[in-house]
Amino acid sequence: MSKEYETVIGLEVHVELATKTKIFCSCSTAFGSAPNTHTCPVCTGMPGSLPVLNKKVVEYAMAVGVATNCQINQYSKFDRKNYFYPDNPQNYQISQLYLPICHDGIIEIETDMGSKTIGIHEIHMEEDAGKLVHDDWEEVSLVDYNRSGVPLIEIVSEPDMRSAEEVIAYLDKLRMIIQYLGASDCKMQEGSMRADVNLSVREKGAAEFGTRTEMKNIGSFKAIARAIEAETARQIDLLESGEKVVQETRRWNDEEGYSYAMRSKEDAQDYRYFPEPDLVPIVISDEWLQEIRDKQPELRDEKMKRYMEEFDLPEYDAKILTSVKKLADLFEQTTALCEKPKKVSNWLMGETMRLLKEHEMDAEELSFSPSNLAKIIAFTEDGTINGTVAKEVFEQVFTEDIDVAKYVEEHGLKTVNDEGALRETVAKVIADNPKSVEDYRNGKEKAIGFLVGQTMKAMKGKANPGMVNQILKEML
Amino acid sequence: MNLLSLTAVELGKKIKAGEVTAEEAVKASLAAIEGKEPQINGFVTVDGEHALERAAEVQKQIEEGTLAGPLAGVPLAVKDNLCTKGVLTTCSSKILNNFVPTYTAEAVQNLEKAGAIVIGKTNMDEFAMGSTTETSAYGVTRNPWNTGHVPGGSSGGSCAAVAAEEVSCALGSDTGGSIRQPSSFCGVTGIKPTYGTVSRYGLIAYGSSLDQIGPVAKDVTDCATVLEIISSHDKKDSTSVKREDTDFTTALVDDVKGLKIGIPRDYLGSGLDAEVKEAVLNASRVLEEKGAMVEEFDLSLVEYAISAYYVIAAAEASSNLERFDGVKYGYRAKDYEGLHDMYKKSRSQGFGAEVKRRIMLGSFVLSSGYYDAYYLKALRTKALIKQAFDKAFARYDVILGPVAPTTAPKLGESLCDPLKMYLGDIYTVSVNLAGLPGISLPCGLDSQGLPIGLQLIGDCFQEKKIIRAAFAYEQTRPYHHSPLAEQ
Repeated sequence: MSKEYETVIGLEVHVELATKTKIFCSCSTAFGSAPNTHTCPVCTGMPGSLPVLNKKVVEYAMAVGVATNCQINQYSKFDRKNYFYPDNPQNYQISQLYLPICHDGIIEIETDMGSKTIGIHEIHMEEDAGKLVHDDWEEVSLVDYNRSGVPLIEIVSEPDMRSAEEVIAYLDKLRMIIQYLGASDCKMQEGSMRADVNLSVREKGAAEFGTRTEMKNIGSFKAIARAIEAETARQIDLLESGEKVVQETRRWNDEEGYSYAMRSKEDAQDYRYFPEPDLVPIVISDEWLQEIRDKQPELRDEKMKRYMEEFDLPEYDAKILTSVKKLADLFEQTTALCEKPKKVSNWLMGETMRLLKEHEMDAEELSFSPSNLAKIIAFTEDGTINGTVAKEVFEQVFTEDIDVAKYVEEHGLKTVNDEGALRETVAKVIADNPKSVEDYRNGKEKAIGFLVGQTMKAMKGKANPGMVNQILKEML
Repeated sequence: MNLLSLTAVELGKKIKAGEVTAEEAVKASLAAIEGKEPQINGFVTVDGEHALERAAEVQKQIEEGTLAGPLAGVPLAVKDNLCTKGVLTTCSSKILNNFVPTYTAEAVQNLEKAGAIVIGKTNMDEFAMGSTTETSAYGVTRNPWNTGHVPGGSSGGSCAAVAAEEVSCALGSDTGGSIRQPSSFCGVTGIKPTYGTVSRYGLIAYGSSLDQIGPVAKDVTDCATVLEIISSHDKKDSTSVKREDTDFTTALVDDVKGLKIGIPRDYLGSGLDAEVKEAVLNASRVLEEKGAMVEEFDLSLVEYAISAYYVIAAAEASSNLERFDGVKYGYRAKDYEGLHDMYKKSRSQGFGAEVKRRIMLGSFVLSSGYYDAYYLKALRTKALIKQAFDKAFARYDVILGPVAPTTAPKLGESLCDPLKMYLGDIYTVSVNLAGLPGISLPCGLDSQGLPIGLQLIGDCFQEKKIIRAAFAYEQTRPYHHSPLAEQ
């Protein structure tokens, strides 16, 4: 490569909002139901039906706008985007073009290169389309309108990103903000967060942007990174061989690691946008906006800072605990109960993470009660159970959320603190292991470890290890 | 006794008094329809069986005293762009030749709750696009005053059915004059209410920002009564307005003393038929004699109303009619290859010429590069027209003028020159652009014996003023039954 190139990337991120009902009717947004069971005349585009805006959609959009430092348009409107496709029952999508609800925001991202500000061009509200099901056996396609009318926000960034790493950091940050707000679960694999990547390359230092392509609906962070690498290389190859990049929409095939052209700008549809006459403008009063600002929850950055200050946690702990809202919630709830923040942090970052990995689960799926973890911590602190038993009990809590006190009682897991019983066992262990006893007496300090282990084993792990150590030393 | 020569309110009174049953009223209507439809073709669907079942239920409730409204037991017709659960709803288009809604339009439901009985669905210009009811896929409707003439449109079926006395009243819809103009051509009375007064839920949209449902009947009393019943604040329609003042029948007062009436000079200029002009000015003199203050003024911007209207209505229609694609319901072409061919053939075969013309016009004015020049300019014109009316209503209670430049043209005369047909909407479209209420009522016959209509326009939410003026004028002249009504 003779010249140095720079990649310029902007993202359009679609996020499905976590409302119970659809954006323009009262049908449920529940995922995974039988086809066309969450439908009505409105979301199937029946003649004579009319949309009515779900207030919660506006509130979520405002909350995301506030959290991404956007200007909120207190007078905003819906527009119709006209295009024919069977998953779109009216053959127009109700969206926002001329006066979107939020605009001109920024978020800070962190990469190995340091921190950087990414601009948010706008955030607008719109409705999702239905789903086409292609029959493998017959020459027909079927439509499921359960998703039709599920509320979405589209977050359009400025072309401020320069690498796949920055794109992933941006997406991660966005996901975190939205999850913390409770506005969406942002699960890429379920399609509740989808990204379109607009990418162009230019010679380093050039003032003008190059011609961009758009890659639609890429399914995961990893696929996005691969698509960016491949598209950057493809565009550079074109420029290097004296060809031009064509402005077009491309589809990324992650299995083949290749993108192919879907349609060029020349065939780009004219969506004939115009103001939606069936809906009145959205007027957001100062009071309503203030209410949303007042209700904003603590977001990740603030939470991290607070964990370090209030609970004296190391930055590493604070970072991991706040990386998933569920984890942070568990941390705070458990700490409130047992008042041992570092202990709670250790359990969450150690055993919890290990078990998540073992069960191939996401932290969002954690379902144990904070009270049970708090109990385990309290029991180990006061010596009711020892560390080994605690881990065993926690596994039960992790998988079945069993009642800790009851479980310990029923399974006889309480630590044996009875000195008489301990002495008896230790005496037996000494008698049974003359070799180790001799090693120890000859200065092999390590041999005591073996004897402690044998004693614990004889006591089925329930012995108080501190006491065992003390008694052993004494008797030897 | 001819039940159908009565007004709806008169018929309702007789039913309430036990002189007539709801079933008898329905049967009388069905008989009239059977006798007159071959000459009129005002209906697309007549649902006699269901209407008789409903009549029996309603009669029972009337006798039990649970239904006591003025229209309880009265049969009526609704325009075929209003959805009726379980009953074919076509918009007079081939593309909806098999569409049976699963829900009833809010306005129709309000009527049914009041005990009125829907007897059938009336013919119209396809998707309400037209001024003659000749663009229907189910045949033209003829004018009961002279079957060689059109009834006007697009609510031509509703107006002809009332004028022919097949039913005593009906619902129509008005996007650019579609209630008022055919009312005028058929010698009946019709009201287009303030935008937002009647829920549009279940009205198959033509121009969403202009469409309103309204009554057609023999007199002002019936119209006020029906309007009072169909008006409601409906959460299913975001453009529906919460009004406390929908007791329109309280305005049925024969008193116009001190009422300030303005006549736009722009409405009396060239293009207006001399006989129509004379009848309208005579009506204004009658109101003046009864104590109203009448003067002429310059409304301005009238010349731009037609262009603005056709741009906005066509733009909205081009989008509203996209859902008719052969995928989910309605007509689908027989032979096609692939999705796009199916769309193309279904829509080409399913829509008539006038609808296609407006879809093309609407798509054009919304396309990129033309949006600002046409659509946005039309919206600005609309705002200026509203301002002109605001100025006028600062001085006048009511604006008086003709409904249409002429009386009903002969069948087949209008469609060959669409531009001329569009110009016929000159006195009615501004009212829709500004969202105002307007009433059309008979004010004479021309030398051919065809009815002439008088239009009274009020400020937003001032239906009562035009109802009062119309009622006062109506008291000075008898109702003229159409020749076909007398058959």
